[in-house]
Amino acid sequence: MPVLTPDAALSLGATWSQVRQSAHERATAASFPTTDEEIWRYSRIGELDLATFTVAETPTSITGLSDAVTVTQVSASAVALDPALTDLFSETTSSDLFNSLNLAHMDVIVISVARGVVASEPIIVTHTLNGEGNIYFPRLVIDAAENSEVTVVERFISNDGVRSLVVPVLDARAAQSARVRYLAINELGDKAWQIGEHHSQGHRDSDTLLATVALGGDYARVSTAARLLGQGSNTRQVALYFAGGTQMHDFRTLQEHAAPRTTSDLLFKGAVQDTAKSVYTGLIKIHNNAKGSVAYQTNRNLTLSHGAWAESVPNLEIETNDVKCSHASTVGPIDEDQLFYLESRGVNPDVAQRLVVLGFFDEVLAQLPVGNLATSLRQQVANKLSIGVGA
Amino acid sequence: MSTLEIRDLHASVGNKKILHGVNLKISSGEVHAVMGPNGAGKSTLSAVVLGRKGYSISSGSVLLDGVEMLGLPTWQRAVAGLHLVLQYPTEVPGVMLNDVLSEALKGRGRDGDIARLDTLLKTEAARIHFDEKFLERPLNVDLSGGEKKRNETLQLSILKPLFVILDELDSGLDVDALRDCARRVMDATEQDGLGALVITHYSRVLAELRPSKIHILVKGRIVETGGPELADVLERDGYAAFTPEETVEEASTSDPMGLNLFP
Repeated sequence: MPVLTPDAALSLGATWSQVRQSAHERATAASFPTTDEEIWRYSRIGELDLATFTVAETPTSITGLSDAVTVTQVSASAVALDPALTDLFSETTSSDLFNSLNLAHMDVIVISVARGVVASEPIIVTHTLNGEGNIYFPRLVIDAAENSEVTVVERFISNDGVRSLVVPVLDARAAQSARVRYLAINELGDKAWQIGEHHSQGHRDSDTLLATVALGGDYARVSTAARLLGQGSNTRQVALYFAGGTQMHDFRTLQEHAAPRTTSDLLFKGAVQDTAKSVYTGLIKIHNNAKGSVAYQTNRNLTLSHGAWAESVPNLEIETNDVKCSHASTVGPIDEDQLFYLESRGVNPDVAQRLVVLGFFDEVLAQLPVGNLATSLRQQVANKLSIGVGA
Repeated sequence: MSTLEIRDLHASVGNKKILHGVNLKISSGEVHAVMGPNGAGKSTLSAVVLGRKGYSISSGSVLLDGVEMLGLPTWQRAVAGLHLVLQYPTEVPGVMLNDVLSEALKGRGRDGDIARLDTLLKTEAARIHFDEKFLERPLNVDLSGGEKKRNETLQLSILKPLFVILDELDSGLDVDALRDCARRVMDATEQDGLGALVITHYSRVLAELRPSKIHILVKGRIVETGGPELADVLERDGYAAFTPEETVEEASTSDPMGLNLFP
């Protein structure tokens, strides 16, 4: 088990080890979260006992590589790192327990695209997490230089019955005029836990997309924060989540505008069936220098069974008047009028419900960065729907 | 030859009784109009015949070729041959027209039509000047009022029911769209023997949809049935002429029913 003690880290003598060492110290100092904290409210954090897990290296495969991108993999057991990459971690001083744990134990993948380069093929990073009792700390850094373009898909896969925990971090950086598109797909098994974070930074006139499709896991949480640091930058966050059985999906979102004339658009759509649960809490934060900014936040939830539960809490925090903001949130069953409409054409109710639920998600699927994945994801949603099974 | 017969139909919404014994019979190829003022129960009648939730039926029958429809779920009534063109067609985000029609045709065992659905859609769309680009839209999403009614008419022409209830076809329709939709319905009555029950407040739509019979529905009862000339009487006198005596006074004080209906 690769645990860096302060002594061992110092013996490596590089800034790299200092990153891990200080993260390790912060993780040790951090208190374990409780649901009394707003950001963990409604969560199942109280059920987690980290001591029951063993740190393991993340088994990862990568496809879609080309000359357009540079991919560097550094596992937690590596002793040295290209000094050029240490800059990517120098500013990380989060005191959050899971972020610090990730930094201390991370298996790093850095995907870099050079200035002006367009990577036309999507890069697919697949983590297969089938070690019973393992905890995994993958960290994916997307570093898109000025006016470059890249699309990255990160898949999290495990088998049903495997009790594992993955604590992934995405760190996406879009330099001036860069275009970064990212999609995380949670296809974890029914005993797996995930506590993940997505961070993006958009510099001047950049465009970022953070997309999530969550189907698996026992408890799967993603905190996604899009930060607009340069004027004219634009970001979109979209998610499709669908929990069944006793699953819980948990999303915390942030749209942070810290520069003038920035735009953000968030669309999260979820469904819960059986006795599953979902949580969405989101914040639009507009700093006083972000004049002329536009921010939209929409969260819609379908409750497909009486025992299913969804919570939606949108929030705004605006420090300047010169902005355009809207937020909308709904939780409820399938619209009766829509069902009647389809049934009045002669479509049986089970089929009508399936069509409406799949239609509900289409708005998100249409925005995913990799078109051909949308088709198979749509099929996975259809397969998961318990409505109409055996009809 | 098919018949749709509504017999002594009583229906309520919550505690409010809306239909007080409606009787009506229509055969294949016929066009009948049900005309009435606001609150007469016109929309309730169409909803109850198709089995929409939220209405309770205390007595009566809806018979399609002698088979009781009340008690059947909506989709089975549709498969049996009843169809409703809604006053305000529902937007169903993300659900495509051809998917719905495929499923609807599947329920009717019309595999041949499923196979040639694309061609059918294009042919029928052209017939009513429905822009082909709208075929790729989710159902009714971002369509204008006129396009929604064309979309409804398109579905009607493909599903080919035995009887259709057109609920306020003319609401939200410009003259051109109304003519396109109405002519397609009239063609279906002549070519396919479609029976059409036209539910309307105004007589405007009857210039295109020419009913052989007009039923006047007031306060949940059909108070008069006659030929097309009834529309002229309505045009001249309004609904007041057909309002039951004991309610005239009430109507004139609490509700201007029958006044200014045809400005």
